[in-house]
Amino acid sequence: MSVRRYRKVAALALVASVGLTLAACSKSADQAGKVTITVDCPPLKTDNGGKSLEQWNKDVATFEAANSGITIKTISVGAQCDNPPDFTARLQGGTQADVFYGYMTDLQQVLDANAAEDLTPYIKDTIPNWDSILDNIKAPFIDGGKTYAIGYNGYTMGLVYNKTLFSQAGLDPNKPPATWQDVATSAKAIASKVPGVAGYSEYSAGNTGGWHFTASLFSRGSAPVSADGKKANVNTPEAKAVLENLKAMRFGDNSVGTKQLQTWPDLLTAAAAGKVGMYLGAPDSITAIVNTFKGKYSDWAMAPMPGDGGAAKGALGGGAGYFIKKGSTPDQIRAGLKWVAFEDLTPGSGQFNYVFQKSANLPVGLPQPLIWKPGSAAQKQDDDLKKANSTLNLADYSLYTGSPVKAVAEPANAQAIYAILDGPMGAVLTDPNANVDALLADAQAKIQKVLDDANKK
Amino acid sequence: MTATPVISAPARSQAAPRPATRRRPRWYRVRRHLTGHAFLLGTVVCFAFFAWYPMVKEILMSFQRTRRGVTSWVGWDNYERIWNDPAFGPAWRNTLLFTGLALVLGYAVPFVIAVVLNEFRHAQGYLRVLVYLPVILPPAAGLLLFKYLYSPGPDGILNYLFSAVGLPQSQFVQSPSTTIVSLVIASTWLNMGGAVLIYLASLQGISGDLYEAAEIEGAGILRRVWHVTIPQTRLILSLMFLLQVVATMQFFIEPLILAGGNGVEDSATGLVYLMYQHAFKLADLNGAAALGVMLMLVLLVFSALYVWLSPKQED
Repeated sequence: MSVRRYRKVAALALVASVGLTLAACSKSADQAGKVTITVDCPPLKTDNGGKSLEQWNKDVATFEAANSGITIKTISVGAQCDNPPDFTARLQGGTQADVFYGYMTDLQQVLDANAAEDLTPYIKDTIPNWDSILDNIKAPFIDGGKTYAIGYNGYTMGLVYNKTLFSQAGLDPNKPPATWQDVATSAKAIASKVPGVAGYSEYSAGNTGGWHFTASLFSRGSAPVSADGKKANVNTPEAKAVLENLKAMRFGDNSVGTKQLQTWPDLLTAAAAGKVGMYLGAPDSITAIVNTFKGKYSDWAMAPMPGDGGAAKGALGGGAGYFIKKGSTPDQIRAGLKWVAFEDLTPGSGQFNYVFQKSANLPVGLPQPLIWKPGSAAQKQDDDLKKANSTLNLADYSLYTGSPVKAVAEPANAQAIYAILDGPMGAVLTDPNANVDALLADAQAKIQKVLDDANKK
Repeated sequence: MTATPVISAPARSQAAPRPATRRRPRWYRVRRHLTGHAFLLGTVVCFAFFAWYPMVKEILMSFQRTRRGVTSWVGWDNYERIWNDPAFGPAWRNTLLFTGLALVLGYAVPFVIAVVLNEFRHAQGYLRVLVYLPVILPPAAGLLLFKYLYSPGPDGILNYLFSAVGLPQSQFVQSPSTTIVSLVIASTWLNMGGAVLIYLASLQGISGDLYEAAEIEGAGILRRVWHVTIPQTRLILSLMFLLQVVATMQFFIEPLILAGGNGVEDSATGLVYLMYQHAFKLADLNGAAALGVMLMLVLLVFSALYVWLSPKQED
């Protein structure tokens, strides 16, 4: 072959290979009557020795058999489903799955990125239990009367405590602290009687400090932002009480440990190792302690959120849902919603498959997710199945479930506010000379700037 | 013996005039150099997609704002917002402090280690491996080791050693006054192996005659370093200086792993972490782009300085 001809052949091969590659990368069109959707955030391979993922795959097969023409492709993004920066990166890159997971606080950024479809016209036909779902699970995903995601997981925060450490410290594990004052007293008792243990532990970095600062404000009947979302509200006696209390526990009682600037895995790793007496959390944090950080269910119990001198006035509530990617066809949207209904919103199926969970030695009986309306058929069915298969000592959660505290939703621009509130939390937990008034005045000004900017729209 | 004939080259003026040639058409020149262009294509495409396009896109994004899927031009708004971000001042202060300290530690220490290593006649290979080992360690793993070392309170490894020799305990990354120093020490330990090897390679390229001559002239080790080593490695030193400035101004993983990102009251926040925070924690890509452009301009000055200085040193 002459050089000239060789070049022509090479050029043709290059063009053909680029063309084929691009064709392979582009979305393949579904044949008539057939639809393929990708779904993210399945259980991790490492969860429960792979049993949960195995069950997910069985669910996919069952669903596909019952819905001929629909193919589900699972996309694992590892632990990134619990890592908001990765979610934002995928969203901005447009690489999220067709059916993608997001937090209740994510709606604004999803809409700004123009990344999700309006699901309103499709819901009635595809989600049989829609009317049984609590309004506070639906509301965070509604904007301008349109529903952009299907909430399937909801929690309210409470006080998680280690019964074993309570007993070791001479405290009654059946009488956990009900107020912040009790928390301080119990934390001091645990830290002084069990060496190397933090009686109470708290976050102060990676936005989690601000998240818990907000939860503590809710419990005292306050909030970091005014009800209309226009004024910062942290230069208040309630906020001062939160910080003063933590500072006194750190430097007065020495009951919250020396390692600070903790984020979610830091605290839960220490908790799983039996080094934490109490912390604020949702029931699923106990699941994480056991599944991810190798702790024991039998050590842990939950109480309602502590209040200031009495019952808490509010408990931070949150959760997650599934969005459907912008640009999906109506058939893909229907298929995606049917899958969410099957896997996440049907008693006895998917996340509510207690028979499987019991057989896999998973906990059954945790008071989460809280998504069903009280008195609804779905709630009754779910409760019956949960009781029939329970593997936990339900008494460990009876205080939490028996005295429900009003759920308060996270504020708009939550992550920006949390990032600011990390500062005061970190300061009072590391600096014995931290000036609480100055910290709050500073945080107030910073939050106001965030709100002013957000309200410019 | 006959004299060797000397054939002298004709003087330029005497050379026959070159016939005037018609300039070939562009397509001919392109075809003639097709193979060369094809070899260049891969690099150009890579740079275009992964370096130049993102840079242009970043500049454009820094003047835009995307809300509800609609992108609009907003002039200098993003720059103003970033300028007014309360963490903006601390981030610049921390970045400059980190860069300054990293130059003192990360620039001088590897050079000194390389000079010392170069003096060894035996076991130099083993020592090189030892010095380079931390570079092989993934940065996240290396920094997790420092997390144990820096653990505050009496149970921390360094604090335990401090008390053993009667030194006061430190809060390390939990105290604003010691945060940056702690981060720089960890960063230097992790990264200096590469610099040491580069310095060492450069040192080994210096002719032994120069040292011998200096020794004959009565120069001690310090004078030899000052008058032989440094002048002979000046180009590498200036290159490493620039690379060090560019790399350290972009420090990120150290505060992320050791100080929860921001540290106590923004004592650890660097410019790149602030950029990350805006882009991926606050979903504010336009603000992050504005900050990125600011940092790019500063780094551009250093790069220009290097380009300007380089020919002089070659002279």
